[in-house]
Amino acid sequence: MSSPDLLRGSGIAKRFGGVQALSGVDFSIRQGEIYGLIGPNGAGKTSLFNVLTGIYPADGGEFIFEGKSLAGLKPHEVAARGIARTFQNIRLFANLSALENVMIGRHVRTHATVFGAIFRNARTRAEERAIEKRGYALLEYVGVARRANDLARHLAYGDQRKLEIARALATDPRLLALDEPAAGMNATETAALRTLLENIRRDGTTILLIEHDMKLVMNLCDRVLVLDYGKKIAEGVAAAVQKDPKVIAAYLGGDVELDVARA
Amino acid sequence: MHALIDTKHPAIAKVGVVLIAVTLAVLPFALAGIGTAWVRITNLAVLYILLSLGLNIVVGFAGLLDLGYIAFYAVGAYVYALLASPHFDLHWPFWVILPIGALVACMFGVLLGTPTLKLRGDYLAIVTLGFGEIIRIFLNNLSQPINITNGPQGVTLIDPFRFGTFSFAKTETVAGLTFSGPIKYYYLLVIVLLVVIVINLRLQNSRIGRAWEAIREDEIAARSMGINTRNMKLLAFAMGASFGGVAGGMFSAIQGFISPESFVLVESVNILAMVVLGGMGNIWGVILGALLLSFVPEVLRYTVGPAQQAVFGRTLIDPEVIRMLLFGITLVAMMLFRPAGILPSALRKRELETARA
Repeated sequence: MSSPDLLRGSGIAKRFGGVQALSGVDFSIRQGEIYGLIGPNGAGKTSLFNVLTGIYPADGGEFIFEGKSLAGLKPHEVAARGIARTFQNIRLFANLSALENVMIGRHVRTHATVFGAIFRNARTRAEERAIEKRGYALLEYVGVARRANDLARHLAYGDQRKLEIARALATDPRLLALDEPAAGMNATETAALRTLLENIRRDGTTILLIEHDMKLVMNLCDRVLVLDYGKKIAEGVAAAVQKDPKVIAAYLGGDVELDVARA
Repeated sequence: MHALIDTKHPAIAKVGVVLIAVTLAVLPFALAGIGTAWVRITNLAVLYILLSLGLNIVVGFAGLLDLGYIAFYAVGAYVYALLASPHFDLHWPFWVILPIGALVACMFGVLLGTPTLKLRGDYLAIVTLGFGEIIRIFLNNLSQPINITNGPQGVTLIDPFRFGTFSFAKTETVAGLTFSGPIKYYYLLVIVLLVVIVINLRLQNSRIGRAWEAIREDEIAARSMGINTRNMKLLAFAMGASFGGVAGGMFSAIQGFISPESFVLVESVNILAMVVLGGMGNIWGVILGALLLSFVPEVLRYTVGPAQQAVFGRTLIDPEVIRMLLFGITLVAMMLFRPAGILPSALRKRELETARA
């Protein structure tokens, strides 16, 4: 428990019209952990992602990432700070190749300008080679290298999920935020995903994970934050949270077991 | 130039490049044999290719539907006309004015881009359409209180391109070959075109081009991956506009006369049709689309009348009407049977695939 906080959220609030999507959510993610974010549908998990990554401005509260506030940053600035995300409904660049998708992830860590692109000086050429090499390496890492030159939309569903993770990793994130990466995966694919996420953590990237697959969450996450109607109802070690009566009530008494049984 | 050459078969590629070069070099003389009008038509076609390639950056790469693109052509044309004609009695050399024209058009690109950053699709199309019309109406009316554009009368007696005593408008005979004005402009245009093609290819396969394509595919994902979509969109508008500006300057010099009537909405639509017909986002497709839409109507202009004469002995229907009808049918058929264009962008990807496998 000595690892310092990588990300701390305090009093995060977000309202959409009459719906209070998030109200006063406090949490902290430690360096190097896999941190789960769970809750029933509509609990505000994805809203928290969108506020964190700057897609929506927060109505209240603040995120402190590596000791600095993220307040007022635009999505691309949040990415530059070192937070990368995936999306609940996959948002790949569908008509570009898998490799190009990952190469686009390198945008934020590379520098070529229009003039560099037009004149193709030695520096730009070296950068391009490095981008391509890194792109292939990341495709290997997540296990879709054999589809490198296929259009992203032609990839199998599970591969698309993996490709989205590779694209996010290409931005060299310190925190990788995954929005239901196992959704729609079968047991084998989920097992492979689990290994992948463990590898990512081992290689030094902290993970924030929204997931409905309770078995995966309980096996993988060090700590878990539970949201219900936009409020935090529990935070702590997975096993303890699972037994919390408030959590069980939120999942309508029994749904937790049901989820485990299904997985 | 390596970007232009297929690296799989270097020998075949070299032969191909030589063949294309020879064809491009001989073409104007062959056309001049049929009639000087065809050299002029070809020059206009090359201008349209330049415009289509410029618009392709905005529409094809960045996915921003721009229906007012002709405005940048107009800006470039008027910058040249005003700085190289008796209107203000300025006669600056063209190599000074063309970069200025590109720069001014580029500024107008940013001017159009800034208020439209949050718009997409239909809404963007409407705003850009309005922008194109505003520019044309300004050009039409900026003759009072100070006469800047000379209003609907346009600007006349625009200087041709000149290098010292060498004028692009004069006919010269070198070693038995007659180089008419249009033929000289043809060579200049082809050189500019080659430069623009190389720039486009290089932009597409670069960090910048990929960022544009990312915005086209999914703007939210692009932003989340660290792409500053505001700057990248403005850059696309600025780059596209500056190509339009250069083309406009050359148009001004070649025609010697411009008026707001050359820059009507139909021209914007025409250029967009070239981009879409050829295959949005694919440079070679766009070139093909521009060539077809420039030449086919002209060929029809010269063939529809005589064909009727031959079949019916007299002209039944006005050739102009049939020409537009055939043109329209072709476009509709294209969109039905090949909606992604003649050479869709994804084809390039498949080529890439087989090249690497």
